[in-house]
Amino acid sequence: MPIPTPFHERTQPLCTSYRWKDWAGYCAVCSFDTSHEREYFAFRESAGLLDATPLYKYEVSGPDAAALLGRMMVRDVTKLKVGRVAYSCWCDDDGKVIDDGTVSRLAADHFRVTAADPTLHWLQALSRGLDVELEDSSARLAALALQGPTSRAILRDAGIDEIDSLKFFGVTRGTIRGIPVWISRTGYTGDLGYEVWVEREAAVDVWDALMAAGGRHGIEPAGLDALDVARIEAGFVLLGVDYFSSQKVVLESRKSTPLELGFGWMVDLERGNFIGRDAIAAEQKRGSIWQLVGLEVSWVELEQLYASFNLPPSLPATARRDALPVYDEAGHQVGQATSHTWSPLLKKYLALASVRRGFEAKGTKLQIEHTVEYERRKVTATVAPIPFFDPERKRKP
Amino acid sequence: MSDLRGGRYDAIVVGAGHNGLVCAAYLAKAGRKVLVLERRHQVGGATTTEEIHPGFKFSCCSYVVSLLRPWIIRDLELPRHGYEVLPLEATLTPFPDGRYLLRDSDPERTRRSIAQFSPRDAEVYKRFGQQMAELGRLIKPLIDQPAPDPLSRDPRELLRIARLGKQIRGEGDAWLFANVKMMTMSAVDFLSEWFECEQLIAPMAISGIIGTFLGIRSPGTAYVLLHHYMGEIDGSFRAWGLPKGGTGAIAQAIASSARALGVEIRTEAPVAHLLMQNGRAAGVVLANGDEIRARAVISGLDPHRTFLHLVGEEHLDPEIAQQVRRFKMRGSSGKVNLALDALPELTCRPDYGPHLQGGITIAPSIDYLERAYDDAKYGAFSRQPFMDVLIPSLTDPTVAPPGKHVMSIFVQYAPYHLKEGAADWPNQREAFGDAVIDTLSEYMPNLKSLILHRQVLTPWDLEQIYGLTEGNIFHGELSLEQLAFLRPMAGWSRYRTPVRNLWMCASGTHPGGGIMGVPGALCAQAMLGKRAV
Ligand SMILES: Cc1cc2nc3c(=O)[nH]c(=O)nc-3n(C[C@H](O)[C@H](O)[C@H](O)COP(=O)(O)OP(=O)(O)OC[C@H]3O[C@@H](n4cnc5c(N)ncnc54)[C@H](O)[C@@H]3O)c2cc1C
Repeated sequence: MPIPTPFHERTQPLCTSYRWKDWAGYCAVCSFDTSHEREYFAFRESAGLLDATPLYKYEVSGPDAAALLGRMMVRDVTKLKVGRVAYSCWCDDDGKVIDDGTVSRLAADHFRVTAADPTLHWLQALSRGLDVELEDSSARLAALALQGPTSRAILRDAGIDEIDSLKFFGVTRGTIRGIPVWISRTGYTGDLGYEVWVEREAAVDVWDALMAAGGRHGIEPAGLDALDVARIEAGFVLLGVDYFSSQKVVLESRKSTPLELGFGWMVDLERGNFIGRDAIAAEQKRGSIWQLVGLEVSWVELEQLYASFNLPPSLPATARRDALPVYDEAGHQVGQATSHTWSPLLKKYLALASVRRGFEAKGTKLQIEHTVEYERRKVTATVAPIPFFDPERKRKP
Repeated sequence: MSDLRGGRYDAIVVGAGHNGLVCAAYLAKAGRKVLVLERRHQVGGATTTEEIHPGFKFSCCSYVVSLLRPWIIRDLELPRHGYEVLPLEATLTPFPDGRYLLRDSDPERTRRSIAQFSPRDAEVYKRFGQQMAELGRLIKPLIDQPAPDPLSRDPRELLRIARLGKQIRGEGDAWLFANVKMMTMSAVDFLSEWFECEQLIAPMAISGIIGTFLGIRSPGTAYVLLHHYMGEIDGSFRAWGLPKGGTGAIAQAIASSARALGVEIRTEAPVAHLLMQNGRAAGVVLANGDEIRARAVISGLDPHRTFLHLVGEEHLDPEIAQQVRRFKMRGSSGKVNLALDALPELTCRPDYGPHLQGGITIAPSIDYLERAYDDAKYGAFSRQPFMDVLIPSLTDPTVAPPGKHVMSIFVQYAPYHLKEGAADWPNQREAFGDAVIDTLSEYMPNLKSLILHRQVLTPWDLEQIYGLTEGNIFHGELSLEQLAFLRPMAGWSRYRTPVRNLWMCASGTHPGGGIMGVPGALCAQAMLGKRAV
C-alpha cells in the first residue's frame, strides 16, 4: 500500500477529485480537480507545483564519486562542473538501458543522482574498490517540481536571489523562509521550470512558501495527469511505459539501447571505458534495430473516421499508455506507439513510438491503430521531430 | 507605377479584421498577391488586445473564442503562429439571495449545483446538452459551407438543397420538429419546455439574445441558442476558450500566418472609397488620396459600410441600397473593461478557486432580463443590465502584472439609438459605466475599491473606434431573417456583391459574426472557384 509523502497534509485537502495513484510506493495525485486541464495549462501558462518526492534520489560522495558515475553513466559526468546537472541514462554490459535520470554535481566530491527505479544496488555493485560513500536519500529528501513560465518569478518572490543567474541545467543552494534548499533548473515538462529539494521535516513550510509566493503568479498544484501530457509534448520517454529496464524484463526484445531511445547524443565513445561502451560502439557500426520517434496523428482522418460512424471525433481525456500497433503503408506492423495524447497547446494528437529502422525519417507516413465503436481501424500518423514543443523560455538566461 | 497598371495586386482586402486576414491568407495560399488595408494602427478589428492601462491588456471587444473553425486553424497553421486557447469551462451565476449556480466541466458537481434549485432540472440538464450538441452537429455542416440558396436557378445548387433536405429528413421528424420549434420560439419558451427553475433558464436564455436587439421572450431567439452548442475547441465539442494574450492574439496569429504566405498588410491606411470604373470596382482610394488598383476588391467591413460608404449610393441600384439600409444593425451591447488592483470577492462565494476562472453571468431571473430589455426598448441603457463577466488574468497571467487583474464585462442592453439620439452616448457613457459597476457591486461589494482603470465602450464608441456600424457586434443582427441565404441580402449570400469585382468576406455574410473565420475562408474559396482572382 502506498504511503503519504511529506506534502500529503497539504495535497490531500486540495485533491477534491480523490484521484490518486501509486508512484514508487507513495500516494501521488493524478489530478486535483476532476479534469487535469487547468493543471496542464498552469504548466504552460503560469506555474504548476507538483510533488516529486517519489523520485529515487542518491547521494554519491567521496574522492572517487566522479569516477564511479563516470563508469556508470553513458554520458561523461566526470567533467561536469560544480553547480551543473546532466541528464543521462545508464546501461548494463550489453549496452541495454537500465534507467535514466539526472546527475547533479553539488560539490567537487558530491553528486546527486535521481532515478525512476531503485538504484542503490547498482551503485553499490559499481562502487566496489572505490573510495565513495553512498546514501539513499529518497526518503530523507522531499522534492517539488515548479514548472511553467512564471516559475522563476515565484522563486524570486519566495526569496531565492540566485534564481536569475541559474542557468538551464544549473543547480544551486538557496533558502526559502530560512530553510536551506537545493534548486535545480530541471524538470519533466520541457518548459521553464525548477525542482526544489528539501529535508522532509521542512517540506510543508516550503510548499506553503511557494504557494504564497505563487498566488500572484497563477500557481496551481498539479498532478501526474497534467505532467504526462506535458512530458509527451516535450518528447521525454518514461521508464516502464516507453521503454523497460533491462534489469526487469524477461524478453531480450523488450530491452532498449541508448541509440534506439534517442539518447545517442549523450554517448561519448572516445572517452575511457563505461558500462555498455563496447556494445554501444558495435551497435553504432551495425545500426540500431529500433528508433524512438514522434508521431502526429492525422486529425482530418480521425474526423473522417468518426464521421463514418456518424460520431463527432472523440479522444481520451488524458494521456494514454496503452500501446498501439503502428503499421507501414502496406499494412505491415513496424512498431508501436507507447504514449499518446491530445496536445491542447499544439492542437495535435501526438504519440511517442518505437519503429523499425527505415521508418524513422521525418515525414514518413505510417498508420496507427485507432478503435471506434469496438472496431479497430487505422489512421495516418506522420513521423515528426521531438520535442514536439520546445519553448525558447526553457533555456533562456 | 505598377500600382496603376493593376498588375501588382490580384486582390485588395479592405479591413484587417480576423475575417479579412483569413480571406487574404487563403488567397495568398493559392498563390495570389494580396494587399490588406487597415484603418487602425493595428490589425484585428473587434478581435483585439490593447494595453489601455500600462501593464493591463484588455480584450477590448470580443473576449472568448469558440467558433473559430478547426480546419481554418489547421490550414493556416495557427498554433505555429502563436494561437493558444486556454480552457474556460465554468459558468457561475450568483443570485441576490446569496445563493449561486455553478456549471462546470464536472457533470456531477453541476448536477448537485442545479439540484439546489430543482432536482428534476438537474437530471434533465445533461440530456438537454446532449440533444443540443446533436442538433448543433447536424447544423454544423451548414456553417462550414456557403449557405444553400433556394433562390438560385443553378441546377447544381438545387441538387445540393435536395440532398440536404434528404439528409435532414433522414434524421427523422423529431429533428424537424425541434428545428421548426427553435426557429419560431423564444429562448425562454424553448427552455421552459425542458426546465422548470428560472435560476437555470435565465442564464441559459442569454445565448439567445447576445448581440441582438431582442428580448429573451422574443420569437426566434431559441434558434440563436444553438450557436452556443456549436462551439468547438480542440476538435471536440466544448463550450468556450480563452485565447492566450487576449483575442487580439488570434488576429496576430492569423496576420503572422498571412504574412508568411506573402500577404502585405498596411495599417493606418484607411480606405476612403472604392475606385469605380464603368460600374465595376477597379481598386481603392485611400483617405490620403492614393489610388491602388487590383483585379478584385474584398470588403471586410459590414454591409452598411461596404455599400453606403465604400461604394456609395450613387453607384448602387436603388433597390439594393434599400435592401442594405433595411439590414438591421442596431447594436445593443457595450463593454466595460477594468484594471483591478486585486481579485474582487464574491459575496456568494468569497473563497479563491476555479469557480472564478470561468464566466460570471449576471442574469438572476427572467424578469430581470426582460426588465433590462424594457429599458432598451424605450431608448435607454439597462439600469440593471445582463452581464457576462470574466477575469482572464486568472488563467492567463500575461495580461496583467503579477497579483493584479483584468476584468472584462460584456453588457447588454445598451441600445445604439438612445432616446436622445446616438450622438448623446458620450454624455451618457460614464452613467452607463456607473450602472454596470453599481449592479456588479451588489455581487462583489469590494469591486469599486479595486478599480485602477475603467474603460467604457458604448455602441457609439464601438462604431467610432472599431468601425462597427451602429455598434453591432456581429456586423448585423444574427436574427433568422438575416441568416444563411438572406445574409447580407437575398440573392447575394455567396460573398459576391451586386458591384462587379467587389466581394464581401466579413461577419455580415454567411455564417455570420463571432470569431469564426468562416466568412473569410469561404469568400476566398468562392473567389478562387469563380476565377475572380
Ligand atoms: C463588444 C464585443 C464583444 C464580442 N464578444 C465576442 C466573443 O466573446 N466571442 C466571439 O466569438 N465574438 C465576439 N464578438 C464578435 C466578434 O468580435 C466579431 O464578430 C468579429 O471580430 C468580426 O470580425 P470581422 O473580421 O468580420 O470584422 P471586424 O473585426 O469588424 O473587422 C473590420 C475591420 O475593418 C476595419 N475598417 C473599417 N473601415 C475601414 C476602412 N474604411 N478602411 C480600412 N479598414 C477599415 C476596421 O478597423 C476593422 O479592423 C464581440 C464583438 C464585440 C464588439
